[in-house]
Amino acid sequence: MIAYTLKRFGLAVLVAITVSFVTFMLLRFSGDPAVALAGADATPEDIEVVRVTYGLDRPLLIQYIDWGRRALKGDFGISPYFNQPVEKIIGNRLTITMTLGACALSFAVLLAIPMGVLAAIRPNTWIDRLALTVSVIGQAMPSFFFGLILIIVFGVMLRWLPISGSSTWKHFILPAVALGYYATPAIMRLTRSGMLEVLGADYIRTARAKGLRAGKVLFKHALRNAIIPVVSLLAVQFGFMLGGSLVIETIFAINGVGFLGYESISRADLPMVQAIVLLVSMFYVVLTFFSDLLNAFLDPRLRVQ
Amino acid sequence: MIVENTAELPEIIFPSPREILFQRTLRHKGFIIGAAILALILAVALLAPVLAPHDPYHQDLAHQMQNPVWHADGTWRHPLGTDNLGRDYLSRLMFGARISLLIGISAMLISGLIGTTLGVAAGYFGGRTDMIISFLITTRLSMPVVLVALAVVALIGGSLTVIIWVLGFLIWDRFAVVMRSSTQQLRGIEYVSAAKAIGCSTPHILIIEIIPNILNNLIVVATLEVAHAILLEAALSFLGMGVQPPLPSWGLMIAEGKEFMLFTPWVIAIPGVVLSLLVLAINLMGDGIRDITAPEGHS
Repeated sequence: MIAYTLKRFGLAVLVAITVSFVTFMLLRFSGDPAVALAGADATPEDIEVVRVTYGLDRPLLIQYIDWGRRALKGDFGISPYFNQPVEKIIGNRLTITMTLGACALSFAVLLAIPMGVLAAIRPNTWIDRLALTVSVIGQAMPSFFFGLILIIVFGVMLRWLPISGSSTWKHFILPAVALGYYATPAIMRLTRSGMLEVLGADYIRTARAKGLRAGKVLFKHALRNAIIPVVSLLAVQFGFMLGGSLVIETIFAINGVGFLGYESISRADLPMVQAIVLLVSMFYVVLTFFSDLLNAFLDPRLRVQ
Repeated sequence: MIVENTAELPEIIFPSPREILFQRTLRHKGFIIGAAILALILAVALLAPVLAPHDPYHQDLAHQMQNPVWHADGTWRHPLGTDNLGRDYLSRLMFGARISLLIGISAMLISGLIGTTLGVAAGYFGGRTDMIISFLITTRLSMPVVLVALAVVALIGGSLTVIIWVLGFLIWDRFAVVMRSSTQQLRGIEYVSAAKAIGCSTPHILIIEIIPNILNNLIVVATLEVAHAILLEAALSFLGMGVQPPLPSWGLMIAEGKEFMLFTPWVIAIPGVVLSLLVLAINLMGDGIRDITAPEGHS
């Protein structure tokens, strides 16, 4: 297990370095950051000044190493828009995005796991079909469209919930639903197939033959085993959500990292964009690292591969 | 009793594999529904210049925000009404189908080429090649697609070509993952070993023995990736950093309608519903193909 952990950790670090390098280069090659930073009506001399001030005249590799070294210490540079350290601005917004992500994931779990279990105990009935329909439609509807529908129905027509901002807990309900809904199909399908497999296993038949109550068999024996792969899927889905929250945060004007990312892209705030892309990627790397470890811990067969 | 004349025996007709596949296709409701919707949208997209009642770019400021025909004041002149610049909504919707399909299919072709090459190479050669390619896949999966696509498109400037290439270079991961595992399963199979034993060249084995046998899985992933690319394009355009006005992208139409949606919800409902229908149809077809070609293995 220790060897496996170390190997996974090394891989995670390597992925982290590669991702940061690729995104750094990608953003540099997409446009001239000096032009973007100097603004629309800058003269060529202004652009040159900006280039030297920000060290953009040095070779790209040197710039990357310099940026990476400072990023390791938690220094992501100064945002030209806020005129403040990038990490300070992001730090303030991170709590909001995390709250949103946690709410969205809870919503997805509360919807998907019961539905997956129900679909598995009653396969090919209307419950199963309903679960399937919900997941198929969920995958087809774009998140921003679903978000706008929620705004129209619950915010404007029924006037139940606020539709913009992030000041109270009520502000998080609609965005959490809009964001969490997209994780439901995957979680539900995995719960359903896991339960179907486990329910056909011998030890379940034994448990039933012993005369255990159906509820006890279902939850204590079956669900516990079926849920293992779902847990690691949740970690991955949480990583995806942090990336996908950009769209939802923008629609609901939630002051999180995603909305900040969108605004920073619009105003060509390159240090900010770079830091946010790196941050979201790192979350994903860390989450998959822990989900791999969890899987290996629960299923020893994985450790030898 | 000995039958003397074999012609008297009832003839048993075995359906050919192709016939079985065809029968299964006809019985798969999801596939049929998906195919029907997709065929309709495809036909409208191809025939948009003929079918569209108006020029999708023509602004008629005297007739802004007209209601669709099912409203009391709607007219058949603009069956789906007009937008805030007086452009015919139905015509824009029809031309928008072209943009969605063009971007979806082109991005899928690029990402399919990248992902399949990587996946087949990783699965077939194994060892170090597999290690490096698996590492590339993990790296790619760690990058947030929407954020990176948005940033790159914004920096380069949104145009159809840029969006197609950026999406194509970003969404090859599923191709690579599926093709890798499909190829791994085939590598040890008898006919591949036989081809190796009689001295077939590696390209020969890959093209003649491997590719035809992973084609089913490839088609399934390709279908689902078209839908994925269409959704991403719509999201980029909705955020104002994809297809640029005045092009009629459905995502852009929803963005343009957003400020009017509280008074006239149909301005976002129409493109939103059509977009969802298109993605739904493609997904249904993809799932359908998977069920039809591998009926024993679906969960």
